[in-house]
Amino acid sequence: MASLIHCPHCGVRPKEEFSIRGDASLVRPDPEASDEAWNDYVHIRSNPRGRYREHWQHAAGCRRWLVVERDTFTHEVFSVADAASAAREAGR
Amino acid sequence: MRYSAFSIVKNALTGNVNWKPAWRQPEPKPFYDVIIVGGGGHGLATAYYLAREFGLKNIAVLEKGYLGSGNVGRNTTIVRSNYLLPGNEPFYEFSMKLWEGMEQDLNYNAMLSQRGIINLYHNDGQRDAYIRRGNAMWMEGVPAELLDRTALKKMLPFLNFDHARFPIMGGLLQKRGGTARHDAVAWGYARAADRLGVDLIQNCEVTGIRRDNGVVTGVETSKGFIGCGKLGLAAAGNTSRVGEMADLKLPIESHVLQAFVTEGLKPAIKHVITYGAGHFYISQSDKGGLVFGAEIDGYNSYAQRGNLATVEHVMEEGVTMIPGLSRVRVLRSWGGVMDMSMDGSPIISHTPIDNLYLNCGWCYGGFKATPASGWCFAHLIAKNETHPVARFLRLDRFERGYPIDEHGAGPQPNLH
Repeated sequence: MASLIHCPHCGVRPKEEFSIRGDASLVRPDPEASDEAWNDYVHIRSNPRGRYREHWQHAAGCRRWLVVERDTFTHEVFSVADAASAAREAGR
Repeated sequence: MRYSAFSIVKNALTGNVNWKPAWRQPEPKPFYDVIIVGGGGHGLATAYYLAREFGLKNIAVLEKGYLGSGNVGRNTTIVRSNYLLPGNEPFYEFSMKLWEGMEQDLNYNAMLSQRGIINLYHNDGQRDAYIRRGNAMWMEGVPAELLDRTALKKMLPFLNFDHARFPIMGGLLQKRGGTARHDAVAWGYARAADRLGVDLIQNCEVTGIRRDNGVVTGVETSKGFIGCGKLGLAAAGNTSRVGEMADLKLPIESHVLQAFVTEGLKPAIKHVITYGAGHFYISQSDKGGLVFGAEIDGYNSYAQRGNLATVEHVMEEGVTMIPGLSRVRVLRSWGGVMDMSMDGSPIISHTPIDNLYLNCGWCYGGFKATPASGWCFAHLIAKNETHPVARFLRLDRFERGYPIDEHGAGPQPNLH
């Protein structure tokens, strides 16, 4: 994993300031959605070897939620974006 | 050749030139009744029990690297059956019993050492939790013993009993727990399976799973197509990638776990000791090195290497528990790719595809389960029905709402 992460709000910060939640591609289903949709959301993961988008929180910094795109094999970090902006761009 | 004291003496006297390779290097046949994907501990054990216990012939194990190149050769070698939940404990105790007879069974020295495992507790709540766990073990017929501070001080005088934040109050002891030589477990199963006619095919990566009318007909590999009647997946950290070839949707994330070994020391730590205020565990190998590890790094990874922040954290935990460790030098550290399941418990199961079987989700506890995992998976494949002690370890437990969550951490793999 890269040692330094470029937080869009705080600039370049050490990786240890961030906590990692997991897969950012999941979209929370409607409360009335089927059991299957909820099972997919809660339990099923694509778990790719390669590019992966993840929710991180800058816990020891601005405390904003971020979307980090990185490679799960080489550990290269491609981009870091604010999660709220990313969600707005995706139309959510 | 059967290994024995006699065979060692005989070969020594004849210049050690007559030893035979422990297993053959066969080329794949066009068709096998059963193919196991993954030549690690679990895959090899499965093949062995399929042949010995369930009388199947015409079995192959496909391994993309060399035998035992994955987590069976990258763990901290701990063997135990001190689980709390009824879905887990009988399974791990079954495994413990198999460990106890394994070396004679396989005619291979796995250096099983039942030195005892001690889980330390640091406060009243944790003591109560360990009493509960000990009682849960007794209910499954597994002896457990609660040690108070005085007893523990006699056994383990080098611990940091009076730490200001995490004083050590006692521990839960399972005397039958211990360690085994990890590579020897893989080699022992490989040799024993080979002797029963199982083809162990190394450097053979599975690249596709061919299906016809909803059933598996064989696998595409780097050595060409190989047909099969039944297919078992035991691919550990790469389970999601192999499962994807058959469109399986799996509750698995791959995470990296690191482990460490120090320079060789005179005998210092007799038991396996785990820290209750963190997730640190340590034992001393027969060669003298201290073998230890702690949590997973906490992010998805397929790389067999970890992060320095975790290294620092592990060292801090170790020195907090045993201050004397601060002067020991670490020789090596390494990482393994763990198939973390969503509840922290394993999966030995049917899949939506009739002749495809799944063995995964071992998180960082797969080594101790090797014999039972192999046995139960072989039972499932041979008889097409679940072994009684593995009946809770089904893939569909997640969608049915019956997770086996020892930690109570919820569906968040990096917290298990």
